[in-house]
Amino acid sequence: MERSSASLWRKINSRYNMVGNECTNCGKTYFPPRLICKDCGRKSKMQSKKFNGAGEVYSYSKIHVPTEAFKDSAPYTVGIIKLDEGPLVEGHIIDDGKGVNIGMRVKSAFRRMDVDGEEGLIYYHFKFVPE
Amino acid sequence: MRDVAIIGVGLTKFGERWESGLRELMAEAGLAALEDANVESKDVEIVYGGTMASGRFIGQEHVAALLADQLGFKNIPAVRIENACASGGSALRQGYMAVASGMYNLVAVGGVEKMTDATSTEATTALGGAGDQEWELSQGITFPGLYALMARRHMYEYGTTVEQMASVAVKNHDNACKNEYAQFHKKFTVSDILNSKVVADPLRILDCSPISDGAAAVILAPLEIAKKYTDTPIHIIGSAQASDTLGLSDRDKITEIKATKIAAEDAFRQAKISAKDVNVLEVHDCFTIAEILAMEDMGFYKKGKAAKAIEDGETALNSKISVNTSGGLKGCGHPVGATGIKQAVEVTLQLRGEAGERQVKGAEIGVTHNVGGSGATSVVHVMKRYN
Repeated sequence: MERSSASLWRKINSRYNMVGNECTNCGKTYFPPRLICKDCGRKSKMQSKKFNGAGEVYSYSKIHVPTEAFKDSAPYTVGIIKLDEGPLVEGHIIDDGKGVNIGMRVKSAFRRMDVDGEEGLIYYHFKFVPE
Repeated sequence: MRDVAIIGVGLTKFGERWESGLRELMAEAGLAALEDANVESKDVEIVYGGTMASGRFIGQEHVAALLADQLGFKNIPAVRIENACASGGSALRQGYMAVASGMYNLVAVGGVEKMTDATSTEATTALGGAGDQEWELSQGITFPGLYALMARRHMYEYGTTVEQMASVAVKNHDNACKNEYAQFHKKFTVSDILNSKVVADPLRILDCSPISDGAAAVILAPLEIAKKYTDTPIHIIGSAQASDTLGLSDRDKITEIKATKIAAEDAFRQAKISAKDVNVLEVHDCFTIAEILAMEDMGFYKKGKAAKAIEDGETALNSKISVNTSGGLKGCGHPVGATGIKQAVEVTLQLRGEAGERQVKGAEIGVTHNVGGSGATSVVHVMKRYN
């Protein structure tokens, strides 16, 4: 699906810098950020929070059959990372050749995600790399 | 609230239906259901149609009106229900509520998907919309990828093996061989599954439900007048639905589908039954791991115990409990919007004693379980033969 530049731009802070948020009413942290805390509803007091991106692999999978946007980069590894700062976060895991396993320590890094053709937009995103 | 019964069912053959478009599939299943219920098109008062992504697959939206149009349901209200892979089950529940509330007497519910006109990459992208587009699909985390993440964690926490997951596929393909409507009529071994192409490690192509065309339909009526139409009404004694976060990582656990736990508990409570009372069960096996999760989350097995029980044959046809007698999504096929309705058609046939070679002996109580996405929607129905 062709994406508009606005749809990319409005999420840049989260996609580039892993900025989520925290409900200061209950202390629960979120990534991606949400307007309202799942538990507190109207009592939510959301405050922006930048995560440092360090954590451990909670689950992972090597994707061999990709979506349209990723058809040139398959196979690639994705996973769920349990951040030291709380939330579970989904993202790409860069396999440095030693393999990926549950419990492995990772940190986030700023990387190119994909490109809309030769002259299109380049999408950047955090990815997880071995610590 | 009024009691509700299924008075007629209809199904198309599932599979690669190159000769049929979406409207032909809908009309074929709808007409079969009308004939089975002995109801005329003009008698139907409202229709609900479940379809997930007709716009992405064939560029057609506004499918419920098209369904009414093609079946000659002149000018009645027609409502499309979209809840990803649970569109069919959700449509059934809307129909159930329309009859239960007393607003309508004769209600048609259909489900359809025409998937094979799209390429497999287009289909992968369309199906990915069942998860979180903004944070999962946009990063190339495909729909099989989400279930692969659940499977991997389940293997880590409970020692579930790829052989055990494969045994789900083996069983469901065995059952599909006995179902004339099923997409596949071919037996597979555990080793066939484990040697098939990897889709999203640890899931292989034979762990995944296929791309399919197909439609299914049921006609609902108040139980009190159901005998006017059929000698074998099937009484819906429980109908429940629950939701959860769209994104997988927003949940406390990924080794269970909480929406299924909540919906099953609610439906069983309404029906005044427990898991041990169920004779026949159609569960949402979009991937082999999903059947294992369903059997645990609905209370048939303790967490971490279903995989071995399935491997040991406890859920095979006419064993302890017969699961996915139709062949499930895996063997019968998974035209997404049709699946939830097809499950109700299969359980109806089983409870009527009309399931032929795959008949479960003495089936009295049946359950359907339809999941949307990676578990953001779950719909459970309990059905009983009405004598």
